[in-house]
Amino acid sequence: MSQFFQQVVSGLASGGIFASLALALVLIYRATRAINFAQGEMATVSTFVAWSLVHHGMPFWGAFFLTLALSFIGGVALERVVIRPVENAPVLTVVIVTLGLAVLLNGFTSVEWGSEVKKFPSPFPTRPIHVGGVAFSIQDLGVIGVSIALVVALGAFFRFTKLGLALRAAALNPEASRLVGVRVSWMLALGWGLAAVLGAVSGMMIAPVVFLDPNMMQTVLLYALAAAILGGMDSPVGAVVGGLALGVILNLTGAYVNFIGGTLRLPVALAVILLVLLVRPSGLFGRAAVRKV
Amino acid sequence: MVRRAFELAGFVVVVAIVALAPRWVSDFRAFQLASVGVYVIAIVGLNVLTGYSGQISLGHGAFMAIGGYTTAILMAKHGVQDLWTIPIAALVAGVAGFLFGIPALRLSGLYLALVTFGIAVSFPSLLKKFAGLTGGGRGLNLFGLPQETGGGVSVHVLGHELTNNDWLYYLTWTVAGVLFVGAWLLLRGETGRALRALRDSSVAAASAGVWPALYKTLAFGISAAFAGVAGSLLAISVAFVNPDTFPISLSITVLVGAVVAGIGSVLGRVGSYVGPLAGASLIVFLQAYASDFLRWIEKGIPLHADPKAPGVPAVIFGLVVIVVMLLFPAGVGGVLDALTSRVSRGLTRLRV
Amino acid sequence: MTALLELEDVGARYGDIVALHGVSLSVEEGQVAAVLGANGAGKTTMLRAVSGTVRRSGSIVFAGRRLRSGPESAARLGVAHVPEGRGTFGELSVRDNLRLGAYTRRGGFDEDLERVRGYFPWLDERRDQQAGTLSGGEQQMLALARALMSRPRLLMLDEPSLGLAPKVVADIFRIVRELNELHGLTVLVVEQNARVALDASQHAFVLEVGRVAVSGASAELQANESVRKSYLGY
Repeated sequence: MSQFFQQVVSGLASGGIFASLALALVLIYRATRAINFAQGEMATVSTFVAWSLVHHGMPFWGAFFLTLALSFIGGVALERVVIRPVENAPVLTVVIVTLGLAVLLNGFTSVEWGSEVKKFPSPFPTRPIHVGGVAFSIQDLGVIGVSIALVVALGAFFRFTKLGLALRAAALNPEASRLVGVRVSWMLALGWGLAAVLGAVSGMMIAPVVFLDPNMMQTVLLYALAAAILGGMDSPVGAVVGGLALGVILNLTGAYVNFIGGTLRLPVALAVILLVLLVRPSGLFGRAAVRKV
Repeated sequence: MVRRAFELAGFVVVVAIVALAPRWVSDFRAFQLASVGVYVIAIVGLNVLTGYSGQISLGHGAFMAIGGYTTAILMAKHGVQDLWTIPIAALVAGVAGFLFGIPALRLSGLYLALVTFGIAVSFPSLLKKFAGLTGGGRGLNLFGLPQETGGGVSVHVLGHELTNNDWLYYLTWTVAGVLFVGAWLLLRGETGRALRALRDSSVAAASAGVWPALYKTLAFGISAAFAGVAGSLLAISVAFVNPDTFPISLSITVLVGAVVAGIGSVLGRVGSYVGPLAGASLIVFLQAYASDFLRWIEKGIPLHADPKAPGVPAVIFGLVVIVVMLLFPAGVGGVLDALTSRVSRGLTRLRV
Repeated sequence: MTALLELEDVGARYGDIVALHGVSLSVEEGQVAAVLGANGAGKTTMLRAVSGTVRRSGSIVFAGRRLRSGPESAARLGVAHVPEGRGTFGELSVRDNLRLGAYTRRGGFDEDLERVRGYFPWLDERRDQQAGTLSGGEQQMLALARALMSRPRLLMLDEPSLGLAPKVVADIFRIVRELNELHGLTVLVVEQNARVALDASQHAFVLEVGRVAVSGASAELQANESVRKSYLGY
């Protein structure tokens, strides 16, 4: 029984990481109806930047927040330079551009930092903590805590600030937003900046566990996509719930289904995607789209 | 009429160059050009899917893997001659593509891209899991097997003795040519028009009496069969397969090649064969010469990057995709097609 | 009285289709002006040209400043455009809709809200309700309230009566008249319902095929039978 709880908690921790990246994907999807396939690679670059800062002597949390700030700027810059020219192009064009961006960033990472695997420091101690006779990893609990804090901060931003409202409005109804004076184009850039921040958190939380290398986020991207689809591609709440659920599902199927074990996690994520898209395409919390004929 | 003449002439010229090239190039270069041929096949196949039926696939590397592994398993475990494995690989991959095409009908553009991306990412795990069949992480070695035509050294064809690399060159390009002409025959006229109508609007096409379901799944099957052949030829060329022969990046690479080549070029027009040539060449030669290219750039712009780093081709690759999509979304093929249209219109007017 | 809004030879097109062929007109400050005409005459496009949401040629001067072609600049200068279909954010709450209306204002949100609440007292109780669940008439009122939140100098209404019961239409136009008479708000209203629009306005323009065909005082147009018959359909 204690193994069950351990698996659930550790599943929630990895789920929190998926949720952060999934939130980033949902943010951009809501604003542009396109999936940003470069989200993972952007997170990788952010994580390497954090690594460099720590490597040069900066304390962890200082590097963490500085990286978030730099990631925000990077995200805004990418949107302005690469995405803005294709803002009104068909969705598949945007997708291909993000794929190109992903390839570029992946290459850039290995040129700038090399492809040897690196250790990434964790802000949380690796000792276990005992609750009710069951051992949990502080690392896992810490990651869950950071994810919760992130979601709460983001939620507050959207609900209570003028800018957050403008961002929501621009995504829901760009035409009407322009009429009230919202600079819709800049809202898009803001969205990309925030998504970059979310991705950076995701990367910095997973790096201590899987070690840092240029291809680190490729599989995480697939898990995040599965989480977003599960929750509903246009629902931020869905992204969080989907992420946590997926993390737990992966851990439990891995632990209790011998055939799957630790080696078929990716196909399980793919199966989740297929199942959701074929049975209930709008996911758990998404809005069903009406196809205009 | 003038345009048709252009296109035929162009095709003949390209065929001539391809046929005669090995005489002028080194043995190693012939091997590289054979790889170009492999990618041409994959790219043309992807164009059938995306350009003709408007469905996007980010997972064609998986179909290449299916073809490649079919070849390898048949050769290594069942003693089949390498040449005979090629049509079998095409069939297996084609059926897989067709079967995948059925649920794919329910997925629209973006979500189809997502699912195929998922396939590309998770396929290597499946290959490793079923190690009994696939040789797992270690893969299957084909070098020196008696099933290899020419035993990896030299081949006698029509009274000539070809080096192994030249043999591979002629093999891949002959197959590429046959497949291209086959696709052209299949897709000109009725079928091609039906598919293109589908690409533009499945609703409109359906109301015009086209069965979207049948044609779309067929397109997937054909496209996958092409990829299967490409994978099979790849396996034969490198005489080895393991999960890293068909990594995630392969699917992206092929897509990038198709984008540069120009998606949507009507088969038969100049763009439809020169485009894939350009795309495939970019893939193969960028990989090989990226470091030289970077050194050349560094003469003008000081970037303190290590030219030998493995990421350099990727950076340039990514840049090329972005630039092409921003500036020439119709790709090399599109530019060439527009050019030949304009020139032939001009010539037609002169004749009158 | 100075012209608050001046259009000179304004043209606009949607791809190959020309919607405006050179519209020239001016609206005085403190006036209610009606824009009438048949479907497809270019009325909506004209409003879009002013609010910058369609590409256009020609010159538009608002409060002495030339408006730039892009969107959002008109909004910042004090033009509030209530488009066809209200432009409400259906998925957001009533309160969020109002907050968005005040987007270009710095501070003073609570006072603005007070004023607006004076005209639409029921908004207060419904403030957390999703705007899309309001009735047609209520959504139109919300759209109007939202426009007022930005303290505009020019209020542009596109077919406010569309799909609404006569009583609701009368209410809306009464509020518009009050805003004009008591607060000097300049209003430009596009309408298919010529009678109601002429009753509520001092000046009227009739557009036909993208051009101004008739321009005059509303009372005169109402009295002129031939104009009514040929252009206004009654």
